[in-house]
Amino acid sequence: MLREVAVVGLGCTGCRPTTPGLSYKEIMFEAATRAFEDAGVDPRCDIDNFITCAEDYWEGFSIFDEFVPDQLGAVLRQLFTVTADGLFGLATAYMLIRTGEFDTVAVEAHSKASDILTFADIVAFALDPIFNRPLGGHPFYIAGLEMNRYLHETGASREACAHVVAKNRKNALSNAYAAHGANITVEDVLESEQLFYPLSRLDISPLADGCMVLVLASDKVAGKLTDTPIWVRGVGWNSDTPWLETRDWGRSVDTELAAKMAYKVAGIRNPQKEIDLAEIDDRFSYKELQNLEALQLCRRGEAGKLTEEGATERDGSIPINPSGGLLGVGYTLEASGLQKALEIVLQLRGEAGKRQVPDAETGLAQVWRGIPTASGAVAILSNRSRGAT
Amino acid sequence: MSAKIKKYAGERIKTADLRAGKVPVVRWRPKVRYAWSTGIAMSRFLKELKNGKIIARKCHKCNRIVVPPRMYCEMCFRPTDEWVYVKDSGIINTYSISYLAADATRTDKPTVVAVIEIDGASKGIGIVHIIGEAKPKDVTFGMKVKAVWKPPKERTGAITDIKYFKPVEV
Repeated sequence: MLREVAVVGLGCTGCRPTTPGLSYKEIMFEAATRAFEDAGVDPRCDIDNFITCAEDYWEGFSIFDEFVPDQLGAVLRQLFTVTADGLFGLATAYMLIRTGEFDTVAVEAHSKASDILTFADIVAFALDPIFNRPLGGHPFYIAGLEMNRYLHETGASREACAHVVAKNRKNALSNAYAAHGANITVEDVLESEQLFYPLSRLDISPLADGCMVLVLASDKVAGKLTDTPIWVRGVGWNSDTPWLETRDWGRSVDTELAAKMAYKVAGIRNPQKEIDLAEIDDRFSYKELQNLEALQLCRRGEAGKLTEEGATERDGSIPINPSGGLLGVGYTLEASGLQKALEIVLQLRGEAGKRQVPDAETGLAQVWRGIPTASGAVAILSNRSRGAT
Repeated sequence: MSAKIKKYAGERIKTADLRAGKVPVVRWRPKVRYAWSTGIAMSRFLKELKNGKIIARKCHKCNRIVVPPRMYCEMCFRPTDEWVYVKDSGIINTYSISYLAADATRTDKPTVVAVIEIDGASKGIGIVHIIGEAKPKDVTFGMKVKAVWKPPKERTGAITDIKYFKPVEV
């Protein structure tokens, strides 16, 4: 029988719009120290494998992998890089432990976005060099294209998107590690300047610096390390074609398929009934609505209405992004998905403080790799092990 | 080729075809710029270079004195404990004589690059720099060297505030 996997430790620096006083290495050391303390492990002997999730162009290094071991306690130990969001790293850790060869795996992802001087140019550098790059323009027009088609196909309103922003920025006010908490109204969002019609300035999650580390362990050792293991019940991931020319712009098909995979692994048949709360990708306001539907947390075309009715508020029927999401916590590059998983773990432990969602048993974390990708990952976490349900 | 495949289909592209522009290419120059926060450890190190000094950090658990300094000990995985000035001299641990410039063009004046174990730091710990005022053939393992600094006004808080290390007459 395959082993079960639990999150047994977490550490986070707190997200900040900028971190001029610390190097990326120093913020990684801070988050890693907290995670190992939380898990009660010594990384120099207790961690069987380290995974860092990083993309060279965000870092400004070729082969960034080499700069990682020291500040994670991974010198002369087993370490590799996953060039993707931290949630892909969590999925990789899950698989490593399930092989039976590894009992403890640490996953790290961070953002030092404030060190990047030419963010839009780096995103544009990810576009196809023959068909798309020569057209010029800021690459976020891709979000405008997707939002417009999504609203057109589903009938979701521009106001519903603005609701997402107001809700998430407000949720972030109760989150000490969020960078962009604010009391703003739907009108504020609608009146902010149009940037990529129908997308306005406040529909876009602002960048933040921060580092997250999770420690995962097999059922063999999880019980010895913590009284509150949070079980990874399922993981899934998927990639759509890179062709902007042929994508399904009205829906996030990769998220639909990543979710199906994760639900299958977790044995979840009725997500609406079985998922108590979710941290889902809200890089742009409309993504939260689109992803709610892709994750089958509501029917297609319903997300806007549910949001306007308050169902996704922290005290609603399906709380979405109680942490503040990327709109409120900040977009932390490849750490975005790990931030979402970390929040779900805090919620399921009952350690989310002022933003605690009561009686949550099973939560979902989902992330998109951002423009211009159509790749994403999903993880399902629960404070009840497979055997207990 | 393999046992199954004896010949690949298609036509071999010749250098002349490339030069004649018969093979289409697309050129792109990315605009990627960064400004790395040097953080606590590197900021102090660079500031001290400007003063003509080399500073290290000491870990009270393993007692190593490490340079360039860092705020954590990578072997003990704990914060380092104190700032320690080390000397601007040391011995050559290993060296190479580079006959190519960074753009891979050959140069008449080879560069001697060395790892220099800094006096005052723990054994085996030091910095990478250039060796000057020495004929490449005279450079040896264990050779004693000392920093040659730029004049104070020309220093910017960079590793190049040290022009090079030169052999010390023993």
